[in-house]
Amino acid sequence: MSDKRVVITGLGVLSPIGNTTSEAWENAVNGKSGVSRISTLDPELFTSQVAGMVKDFDPAEVLDPKSARRNDRYTQFAMAAARQAWADSGLSEESIDPERVGVIIGSGVGGMETFETQHTIAMDRGPRRISSMFVPMMISNMAAGQVAIDLNAKGPNFATVTACASSSHAIASSVDAIHLGRAEVMVTGGSEAPITLMSVGGFCSMKALCTTFNDDPEKASRPFDKDRSGFVIAEGACILVLEELEHAEARGADIIAEIAGVGMSCDAHHITAPAPGGEGCARAMTMAMKDAGMTPGDVDYVNAHGTSTILNDINETSAIKAALGSHADEVLVSSTKSTHGHMLGATGAMEIMLSSLALKNGLVPPTSTLETPGEGCDLDYVPGTARKANIQCALSNSLGFGGHNVSIALRKYKGDS
Amino acid sequence: MSLENRIAEIIVSRLNVKPEEVTDSANLKDDLGADSLDMVDLMMDLEDTFNLKISDEEGNTLQTVGSVVAFLKTKGIEA
Repeated sequence: MSDKRVVITGLGVLSPIGNTTSEAWENAVNGKSGVSRISTLDPELFTSQVAGMVKDFDPAEVLDPKSARRNDRYTQFAMAAARQAWADSGLSEESIDPERVGVIIGSGVGGMETFETQHTIAMDRGPRRISSMFVPMMISNMAAGQVAIDLNAKGPNFATVTACASSSHAIASSVDAIHLGRAEVMVTGGSEAPITLMSVGGFCSMKALCTTFNDDPEKASRPFDKDRSGFVIAEGACILVLEELEHAEARGADIIAEIAGVGMSCDAHHITAPAPGGEGCARAMTMAMKDAGMTPGDVDYVNAHGTSTILNDINETSAIKAALGSHADEVLVSSTKSTHGHMLGATGAMEIMLSSLALKNGLVPPTSTLETPGEGCDLDYVPGTARKANIQCALSNSLGFGGHNVSIALRKYKGDS
Repeated sequence: MSLENRIAEIIVSRLNVKPEEVTDSANLKDDLGADSLDMVDLMMDLEDTFNLKISDEEGNTLQTVGSVVAFLKTKGIEA
């Protein structure tokens, strides 16, 4: 293990709860839901008719008309969020060599909308009418590639694809890249644009989505609640700028929090169902604490994956108990998916961002929609309203279909305390 | 609408350029910023609009706006 330390120095976001970091944070803290009835597709086609959609985003205006036309919505999100994060970091080519800046951006699927549009053209008019832009727009690594072009970031660059853990793996790999000396700055996170016929339809077929709150969208994503019935599909991007601590301090950067440790594991159990007792998740949490030099008693806050599915929430609760032991009774746990829904490949980055702001601000965002905890869900999930707390250490969990588990350990930046 | 105007409209839409940039002598790649991928899709746009086939060899000869106009005229397309 290197003696380098990694801190967050820039944040950018496009999400159902806001297209700036401050707006998203305020809405997460105030429990203001970004979930509404699906408006970009005919909701009547689906059993689940609610989603967390990015609003007021005109890619031609935020980017430029040509970038808007030549990039899938998921890449547009990533570019817009990365520009915000880069500006927020205050970095420039004067303060960092472009060859020392890497980009790792995860996405569960990539350009699904492009795939569907072009597949329809191919079926209707034959494969010779497939756009030359089909492949570059669809591939799930293009967000990382385009962001690098946009920011002139010439260091390590790739994508991570682990379903709902994609962006947490991206951040974990970015931390590793800085530890290994492959880069000093990493632009990292995730992006997803899954409000499409095939994505919504596919998750509906899995019976993974909430179908019981179609008339009350803002209450649909209700992690740990007894009336939860599935997750709420959502779109967006969240990008973090990670930086080696000494580099950040030397230039007087505004440091948001430290990423102190990484844990990852696989259930090796089932393609979609979590391992019994959340044992894979628990091992990732334990590994993250060890990596960060934390003990269970140090952990003040767990930002749970908390999807609002029956299986996740009960198994993750068990995992937290297994990883933290008796301290689980004291730790604050919340799922911000209660406001922004499940942004799939972008959700880990979104939640790590909110966790870092929780540490910085001493304020834990709530599980806003939780009214009556479900059976087996008996931790302090910070129901309803945010809680002021002098938290020092946090874990943020992300779990993906395929049994992929990531837990990221964050520590309050001491310059703040 | 004249043939020139119809072609200009397609080029403006495909390459995201301003109408006044689309002059007879403008080079599609050098002046209007088309890359090889844009060129493929531009040929498809022309094929769809004017209901004809453009071979790769023919497409490679279309470098300027004027050459596109002239090519379509040789195919008997006037407007």
